[in-house]
Amino acid sequence: MTLDLALFLLLALIAIASALGMLISRNTVYSALYLVLNFVTVAVFYLLLSAPFIAMVQITVYAGAIMVLFLFVIMLLGAEGLPKSEVLPWQKPLAIGLSVLLFAEAAYLLVTKSRPVGNVLPPAEAVNATENLQQLGIALFRDYLLPFEVVSILLLVAMVGAIVLTKKERKARQ
Amino acid sequence: MIPVDYYIILSAILFTIGVLGVLVRRNALIIFMSIELMLNAANLAIVAFGSVFESFSGQIFVFFVIAVAAAEVAVGLALIVEIFRSKRSIDVDQVSSLKG
Repeated sequence: MTLDLALFLLLALIAIASALGMLISRNTVYSALYLVLNFVTVAVFYLLLSAPFIAMVQITVYAGAIMVLFLFVIMLLGAEGLPKSEVLPWQKPLAIGLSVLLFAEAAYLLVTKSRPVGNVLPPAEAVNATENLQQLGIALFRDYLLPFEVVSILLLVAMVGAIVLTKKERKARQ
Repeated sequence: MIPVDYYIILSAILFTIGVLGVLVRRNALIIFMSIELMLNAANLAIVAFGSVFESFSGQIFVFFVIAVAAAEVAVGLALIVEIFRSKRSIDVDQVSSLKG
């Protein structure tokens, strides 16, 4: 077993365990922290896949901004632990069965039907942070300029939407 | 050399865990986090495919997905805060006022 493969298996184990921890944990804060761990392991996968810029974006935007927003809302609402509501008894087994079915389907289709040929290049040969960033920037501003502008408008709309959503409540209370 | 299949299978596993979270949990915040997990699984698959075909389009697409996810989180969390203000709960079973 090469070092690459050992590292991959270890990280995959951490990613799956932290995702399951997010799912199972009763305390919402613990769930959020498990999810941060999961995002960081996915960022390391991006480094292994020779995408250093995406890895850094993953850490700053996902593990940084988005999860801090989540934790902020959890603590603002005081929603660390919810009282257990009555659950449908057949819901959990049915959900697990359907998920296993979904996984089997997805794995079968992805591995047999749309199987890409070849291996992932080891990062030592391919990765070069500066070159990656340069090429990404050129592609982003030459071939994908319109989507880039559309995304900036989308972010503006989301910002205005979030402000409007919270402002209406304040007016109604007065 | 890691076969790209491993990344795809890992991405499928993470996506399935996200689906399971949406189906099983009743806490709106956990459901939201599960959606983020699914987005991440899809991103991982896209970058893995892009790495095999040595194309930058995959990475640029993931960049856009992350930007859209950030916008989605801002609006979604604002909605959850609003629901909590009116219902005093973020249990999705409580949000059944529109049920006929």
